[in-house]
Amino acid sequence: MSTVAINPSLRFTETAAVRRRNRTQLAVKIVFFLMAVLMLIPLVTILAYLFYKASGILSWEFLTTNPRRGMREGGIWSALLGTIYLVVASLCAAGPVGVLAAVYMNEYAKDNWFKRVVNLAVINLAGVPSIVMALFGLGAFVLFAGIGKSILAASLTLAVMTLPVIITTTRESLAAVPMAFREACWNVGATRWQTIRRVVLPNSVSGIMTGFIFEVLRAAGETAPIMFTGAVFYKAIEEGDLFAYGLFDQCMALAMHLFTISTQVPGVKPEVQYGTAAVLLVTCMCINAAAIVLRVYMRSRKKW
Amino acid sequence: MMLEKKIEVRDLRLSYGPKEVIHGISFEIYRNEILGVIGPAQSAKTSLLRCINRTIEFTANARMSGTIKVDGEDVNKVKNVYELRRKIGMVAPLPVGLPLSIYENVAFAPRTAGMGNKAELDALVEKCLRQSALWDEVKDRLDSLGTKLSGGQQQRLTIARALSHQPEILCLDEFSIAIDPVTTMRIEDVLKELRSHMTIILVTNLVQQARRLARRTMFLWNGEIIELDDNEVIFSDKAKDKRTYEYVNGIFG
Repeated sequence: MSTVAINPSLRFTETAAVRRRNRTQLAVKIVFFLMAVLMLIPLVTILAYLFYKASGILSWEFLTTNPRRGMREGGIWSALLGTIYLVVASLCAAGPVGVLAAVYMNEYAKDNWFKRVVNLAVINLAGVPSIVMALFGLGAFVLFAGIGKSILAASLTLAVMTLPVIITTTRESLAAVPMAFREACWNVGATRWQTIRRVVLPNSVSGIMTGFIFEVLRAAGETAPIMFTGAVFYKAIEEGDLFAYGLFDQCMALAMHLFTISTQVPGVKPEVQYGTAAVLLVTCMCINAAAIVLRVYMRSRKKW
Repeated sequence: MMLEKKIEVRDLRLSYGPKEVIHGISFEIYRNEILGVIGPAQSAKTSLLRCINRTIEFTANARMSGTIKVDGEDVNKVKNVYELRRKIGMVAPLPVGLPLSIYENVAFAPRTAGMGNKAELDALVEKCLRQSALWDEVKDRLDSLGTKLSGGQQQRLTIARALSHQPEILCLDEFSIAIDPVTTMRIEDVLKELRSHMTIILVTNLVQQARRLARRTMFLWNGEIIELDDNEVIFSDKAKDKRTYEYVNGIFG
């Protein structure tokens, strides 16, 4: 064994420059950490405050009874069920259209002016303010198509508004399927449709489902588009009956109900307001959680 | 040897956008021969194969002119392009296991062609996997995912898939870059057997592989045929073009 002599000039010495660098390192890290914490604060505060204020009223009864005494008391049943109807109906309309359009755009369309126009339309549709969408819905579905103010008209308006979400997420998940898979299929004489059906679609289902969930999230939280097209101020329905609304009925909706009781009706009990807000928020968070669970599950069985 | 033309290429030109990559080449491939294709990168070897089975049309900006005839039929005028593609087995340089089971990977092509009989499919899958020297390694787990196989196994799976639609022509595009030498030799033995009833285009970076397997070899460079002749000529000092001699002997460039 021989010992190796260490060149003294290479030995580590803590110079002023090194100390300064270390201090900067630490400072930067702390600032970043604080920013990350800052992100948590609003959510945690909102949740804690809402639940503290609403704790007295949150119960099964609150969910399943109609608002009473001019919405100053009682539950949120007709609004909750109305929101579910709107969301499901809008998904039924936007889902198939969005997915099929996305498949066409990603799998069939050549890169020409038509594809670019549709692309541009999708992007711009995503940027249209929801109040403008509401006026469009009023004009197109309620008046022009003659559907009248109804769940159908409102959910079609929501569908138009949320279409870009579905198209974009579906296209992304289709594009995530490697090109080599398609080429391998084409090489053995599979048609485009056989390739899409057997290989591309089965492997992008998780992305498409995530898109659906985001659509639901968006639709559940909107107020403006349904305000002129089908949502009403107040409506009592059969309590506990899941089929209390028809497609051509008008309905109440959670987000709009919250708006109404906080600004339009004097003398509403505060816990009714906080309770409604809490239910809306928790519903959205549950939907979001479902999306996360779905994604984790799908990732665990990723096939390549 | 009977010299029946299997593939006939006349004045083939191919461009991607404004850039021409194949500059008017003509050659023919005879029935049941192995044609070696050698040449450095960017010499349009892969593009040439994609012209033959017309998958080149999936590349948006590709434009092809000239004629390619398979069995005397112009590929650009065939009625059923899917039938044409099934006539040609194609193996890409990088292994592609489809995200399906091993069994379904091989059964994919026959199924798309409409074969539904289980017994027939079973027999075909086994035959193809045996031909690609993969059967013994996977016979107990045909249900597991093809994408989870090792790179070398996936490449043999790709070869099995290329054989699964019982093609008359087999295009191998550098099939051995992901496989170890022992397996490569086993597949080369298979190719020697297939030669009796299949026309094979062997694109390869291994000059010696072309020398071992092919009857004739084509030296492609920058989208032009520098030389195409019998192996005895190409791999000897009788090669007509100095560049061929240099490339074959590793002193090119």
